[in-house]
Amino acid sequence: MSKQVTLTIDGKQITVPDGTLVADAAKLAGIDIPVFCHHPKLEPVGMCRMCLVEIGRPMFDRATGQIVMENGQPKIQFMPKLETACTNPVSEGMVVLTQTAKAKEGQKGTVEFLLTSHPLDCPICDKGGECPLQNLTMEHGPGKSRFIYDEKLHLDKQVPLGELIWLDRERCIQCARCIRFQDEIAGEAVLGFDERGRNTQIVSLSDPGFDSVFSGNTTDICPVGALTTADFRFGARPWELKAQASICTQCPVGCNTTLNTRREAKAGGDIVIKRVMPRQNEEVNEIWLCDKGRFAHHYVGSKKRLARPQIRKDEKLARASWDAATKLAAENFSASKKDFVILASGRLANEDLFNLKSLADHAGGRAILYSDMGGGDLTALVGVGAGTNLGKLGEGDAILVVASDLYEEAPIWYLRVKQAADRGAALIVANPRETKLDKFAKFSIRYSYGDEVKAVNDFGKKSKISDEFAKAKNAIVFFGSEGLGLNGTSAVASACADLLKETGHIGRASNGLIGVWQRANDQGAWEVGLQPEEDLAKALKGKAVYIVGTDPVGDDPKLAKALEGAEFVAVQDILETATTEIADVVLPAQAFSEREGTFTSGERRVQRFYAAVPPTGDSKPDFVITSMIAKQMNIVLEGTSVSVVFDILANSIEAFTDLSYAKLAEVRPQWPIVGRGDVYYGGTTYENKHGLGVQLVPAAQVGGTVRIPKVKKEAVLRPKEKELLAVPVNKLYDRGVTVSPAELLDERVGEATVSLHPEAAERLGVEAGARVKISFDGVSGEAVVKIDDTISAGVALVPRSMGIAIKEPVAAKVK
Amino acid sequence: MSVLEPVVELVRGLGQTFRYLFDRPVTYQYPEQKREVRPRFRGRHVLKRYDNGLEKCIGCSLCAAACPADAIFVEASENTDEKRFSPGERYASTYEINMLRCIYCGFCEDACPTEAIVLGDNYELSFTDRRSAIYPKEMLLEPVPTVDMTTPRKVETGVYKRSVPEMKDPTD
Repeated sequence: MSKQVTLTIDGKQITVPDGTLVADAAKLAGIDIPVFCHHPKLEPVGMCRMCLVEIGRPMFDRATGQIVMENGQPKIQFMPKLETACTNPVSEGMVVLTQTAKAKEGQKGTVEFLLTSHPLDCPICDKGGECPLQNLTMEHGPGKSRFIYDEKLHLDKQVPLGELIWLDRERCIQCARCIRFQDEIAGEAVLGFDERGRNTQIVSLSDPGFDSVFSGNTTDICPVGALTTADFRFGARPWELKAQASICTQCPVGCNTTLNTRREAKAGGDIVIKRVMPRQNEEVNEIWLCDKGRFAHHYVGSKKRLARPQIRKDEKLARASWDAATKLAAENFSASKKDFVILASGRLANEDLFNLKSLADHAGGRAILYSDMGGGDLTALVGVGAGTNLGKLGEGDAILVVASDLYEEAPIWYLRVKQAADRGAALIVANPRETKLDKFAKFSIRYSYGDEVKAVNDFGKKSKISDEFAKAKNAIVFFGSEGLGLNGTSAVASACADLLKETGHIGRASNGLIGVWQRANDQGAWEVGLQPEEDLAKALKGKAVYIVGTDPVGDDPKLAKALEGAEFVAVQDILETATTEIADVVLPAQAFSEREGTFTSGERRVQRFYAAVPPTGDSKPDFVITSMIAKQMNIVLEGTSVSVVFDILANSIEAFTDLSYAKLAEVRPQWPIVGRGDVYYGGTTYENKHGLGVQLVPAAQVGGTVRIPKVKKEAVLRPKEKELLAVPVNKLYDRGVTVSPAELLDERVGEATVSLHPEAAERLGVEAGARVKISFDGVSGEAVVKIDDTISAGVALVPRSMGIAIKEPVAAKVK
Repeated sequence: MSVLEPVVELVRGLGQTFRYLFDRPVTYQYPEQKREVRPRFRGRHVLKRYDNGLEKCIGCSLCAAACPADAIFVEASENTDEKRFSPGERYASTYEINMLRCIYCGFCEDACPTEAIVLGDNYELSFTDRRSAIYPKEMLLEPVPTVDMTTPRKVETGVYKRSVPEMKDPTD
């Protein structure tokens, strides 16, 4: 434990770690010092002068070096002028006065000065109601300004910094919180100051504007309404919104969110989600949220939502009752006996997947996870230990990222890994091409696509890098699916698990394996026993298929063909998809925002989400629909209470033992303190009152011998002359069904691309921006050429989920 | 008691009645005849317009926040020069007052930063059902001075650049 320092703030004695800033120490003591530029997550700058306080320190005798005593107390010497609480670290015996007339006068003067150029448009400002400047003006500001109203400076009012963020230059008070967030936390310096003095303005330095996936966070920490999101622009006043805790469903990080809802006339009088805000969980997302999580929520309110059960009659889908629809599905599933296949995705909650697995087990069928990534059995075995916190990694620790572009796949992990590297952790990035994380890596390892396993195995031999990894106090390995299919990822996961085992980095907190999954709850699916299938088309052909929460027909023409030959297809989803079009029975499910449940994150943290909006039409939660079908098949499954399903799950799966909804909803005090009345301190992030979740204990932490199954090595695919090796890569904003309904993100989603090395492009005679046709293995599609000189000449990178069905590396022709 | 006394009283009483025959009557023949309201009377709300016909309401929802009866519902949208409702950046795309809930306290008037909502002199409110007691924006908006001043309308670009309309003296 670091050195502790005792000081007195407004007569209250408090002991804090050495190095704490006075403003933070006061916050810990429950005393609010007003701030604008200071933020507990950012480095102090002392730009706004709002936190002026009187600071006194014990007087030392110069001759003896002893503290001068007066009436038995140390004599305190105050500085002649006020000091900023946000830049002064605490010292032993310090006395801070925040309420004196002198301090008040200083704070009042600062507010008056800040308001000289601030427009009085609070009534239409999106920040109005949760605005630090508004609140602090009410509390500390003068009632009147001595400044002449007509001399207010007028600057541009509606400046789109990017398509997601609007800037109002007049409202900006030049605290630089946004610039500092982008520099220090996100590591992307895309914002900056332009001009000087009164004309100082925020500008975007990137093309396209504000090119960062963390841009939404700047609107949370902006202490005025200068930065607002395009999504929420004039959407509602903050005091009209209701808040409900939720979990982001876009990636395996499992960020804690708060859904703000309101009844809306534009939506036909329904209660709708107006915005998604981060909810503090210092072990998961701290107080941040990526733009995908913040802006891609529109799919739950999409017009394509399924509202009623449907049955195919005379080649057309017709409305049916729940009874009839589930009965038809049950009859077909029962009749098919062993040919009953459930295909479910990681978009579903733990309870849904558990009920599906139970149904498959009881009916004698199979439950398959729809994913091209393997290794979930290994993360359950040697996954990160309970108590893991990426925010605690630093000097002496190591993080290895293999075959994953965390920036595109799990932005908040990128952010936290980057910060761990800033704190001194050795970051090792192994990827065939340069990713954004390389900039912060201590070591970058380049290998060719196809050599992933070799790269990880060689890692044990390379002296300098592997020494650092082996000797690290704690080590975490992230493995992803860049350039890999199901077999490839399984092999990489196994190699990574071996590496962790050999270096002794398993079975402890902050040590172990993390899978960068493609969907939010893939880890949960593995935990309840669902596994992906290598030859999915074969597994589906001629079977009675129950497809839940996925769109195989829209994703892959091969699967579409396989399903054409299926005996019977029941589709349970929230949205109309290409798969619902071919279905015999369509069962409408509720979205995550309409019901309760739990997700298991990539770090194996089980977290609860709550119902925020009423359900669409007659839709029901997935686990209820499954239990209804089960009932018609004479199988008893819990289908009324989601917490009871969870209790049954906890009783039957070892890793979940002792977990309950009550336990998942427990909270602990967190630092920094955010989300209370003082929005000026931490920003508009919500305080966590609904549960921090519980991390599952991996088998290696429980004890006993850990045996890592050997994975058969596959021959590396070498394409023929005139062919390129097409490899799948992951893109943050893709055409997935949970992203595309958000129109605001269209520009960032863009067109399907194919990245080529300049040499390969030259050989093909194409330039950047040219349209090419790419074809492989029965799949073909059009894509726009992108030139990337960090990849090798023989490969073509094809992003997943962008209209070209690529699951694994494959030899392709590009024309 | 004299026998005449009741007769005298009767005559005196009838005399009073007789005198009022020639007095000005205090009753009004409502609804043919309507009485003028007092200057500070609080009747049905009116959403005001500027002289150029643009709406004063900027959809800030402060009236809804101030309303003790929760009678007002406001939803805002953004103005464009192609389709402009009010001079500022935003306007009320939905503005509804439930007249059955309203207690005519006038807090909405006090809260309004642009003096858009005013309690007028109309007290003739009657409904046949609850639904029709909710007055939408079209019913509340004051009529335009001339036909060419309807909202929304297309305006020249660059004229309305302020987020809230400039007001010389906010107390005016």
